Amino acid sequence: MTTLQRTMPAAPSVGPVRLTLIELRKLADTRSGYWLLIVIGLAAAGTVAIQLGFAPEEEQTFRSFFLFGTLPAGVLLPVLGILSMTSEWSQRTALSTFTLVPARGRVIAAKVAAGVLIAVAATAATAVVAVAGNLLGIALGGNGDWSISAALLAQTLLTQVLFMLMGLGFGALLMNSALAIVVFFALPTVWSVLGAMIKGLKDAAGWLDLNAASAPLTEGALTGGQWARLGVAAAVWVVLPLVLGTIRALRREVA
Amino acid sequence: MITVDHLSKRYGRHPAVDDVSFTCRPGTVTGFLGPNGAGKSTTMRMICGLTPPTAGTATVDGLPYRRLPNPGRRIGVLLDASAQHAGRTGREVLTLAALTMGVDTRRVGETLDRVGLNGTAAKRRVRAYSLGMRQRLGIACALLGDPSVLILDEPANGLDPEGIFWMRGLLRDFADCGGTVLLSSHLLREVEAVADRLVVIGGGRIVAQGDKSELLATSGMVVKARDPGALRAALHRTGLTGTETTDGGVAVQADAETIGRVAADAGIALLELRPAGSGGLEQMFLNLTAGDSVREAVR
Repeated sequence: MTTLQRTMPAAPSVGPVRLTLIELRKLADTRSGYWLLIVIGLAAAGTVAIQLGFAPEEEQTFRSFFLFGTLPAGVLLPVLGILSMTSEWSQRTALSTFTLVPARGRVIAAKVAAGVLIAVAATAATAVVAVAGNLLGIALGGNGDWSISAALLAQTLLTQVLFMLMGLGFGALLMNSALAIVVFFALPTVWSVLGAMIKGLKDAAGWLDLNAASAPLTEGALTGGQWARLGVAAAVWVVLPLVLGTIRALRREVA
Repeated sequence: MITVDHLSKRYGRHPAVDDVSFTCRPGTVTGFLGPNGAGKSTTMRMICGLTPPTAGTATVDGLPYRRLPNPGRRIGVLLDASAQHAGRTGREVLTLAALTMGVDTRRVGETLDRVGLNGTAAKRRVRAYSLGMRQRLGIACALLGDPSVLILDEPANGLDPEGIFWMRGLLRDFADCGGTVLLSSHLLREVEAVADRLVVIGGGRIVAQGDKSELLATSGMVVKARDPGALRAALHRTGLTGTETTDGGVAVQADAETIGRVAADAGIALLELRPAGSGGLEQMFLNLTAGDSVREAVR
């Protein structure tokens, strides 16, 4: 037993980079997280196979391989973000996490950073898969065009990060895996449907529908008006849940 | 060193912890005793900054827990062994804790050995762990940062007799090397075997605290008579309060001579007259925590 160090000065806490690396590790060290990542990888490869098999040859370009390839990650990565926040409560690991790091805000920040990093990494990996797909396409008689605008690349990345942040926000706010996942997928759709059905909501829905506001991101450079709509929708669906969720996590009693 | 100062926690109108104060000094094991729902866990969570107190303060080595820069290196905490991600392996749980505390991950293997989790167990997911194994893993987490203070909530739950014996030895060694231990339990016997000091809580309030030997000394005598009814009546006449023990005797807060005289004067034949010892402490524990506190716990 090494209890001779009773009078040692207090050890400093680990830095934010270390905490972020720990949160990244926590995304992949459980069976659910690990398989979610594998499924996303396989699905991205699947999109390439589908295009090689079924898309008209002149449409087999890097641009389409890349955009189609980001779909699985766009849908499934936010689930990883949700689980990163909710599992602390549903698996009750918050008890040990916040016992070791009492400044809860640091943990939340690390989770957000880890989520953003993994969204960036997934987009980069998709680009690599798209390169492979396009090379295969060229060999098999596809169009093989490599052109893609920088704006489109950046906006695709932004889409991935935005939905990841939205997942993190919903997870932080709802603190329950099943509930957060259902609400994450259902609520924006319900809102879109309501907006289309109810006349009085139509104006509001145009500004507050994240699906509609983010759709132009993967089509081409956005206009000023489109950026404004996206900003407003993101404030409501991404920033608000993140802020409220953080406040709730800071205040909640851990048991 | 743990200092708890007038700590209170209310949930609505229900006082879960009511004006609790005690200190745990280096080199001692403090047993925190009370029936289920008495407020032990709430008190411990408040010490660890997980539950904000309604009133009062708690400090570890002079600082509120949440102001400790890297608490895991100073204080090892096990509040609930079941609160681990079921999908992580035991080794991974410890590795994450080591990374979070900035401890060399080579200590993970050593610590797993120390708590008796072998290589096979370490590779299994926590889902497959028995409660006893989870307790060992939780104790490993608590010891990993080489702390000088340990706070353990019901660590003996689910441990087999060998495991309980092992844990007592571990806590005794820890305290003998200058560590501070706060250990809760609802079983007196478990705590009695290792604690130097006892803090007894019931219904959110401290009902007794002090050195174990002192508490034992004040627990009086156990007396058994051929005619228990006559003995009770005789004791009652002289104003001595007695409580019945489970085996038909009476625990009395008085010395042997006083009780012997009462019995002799009343012409009652005694079968047994002995210091209450640990049995008396158990009696005290039952008396102190029965009644209101139990109803409180059930509510």
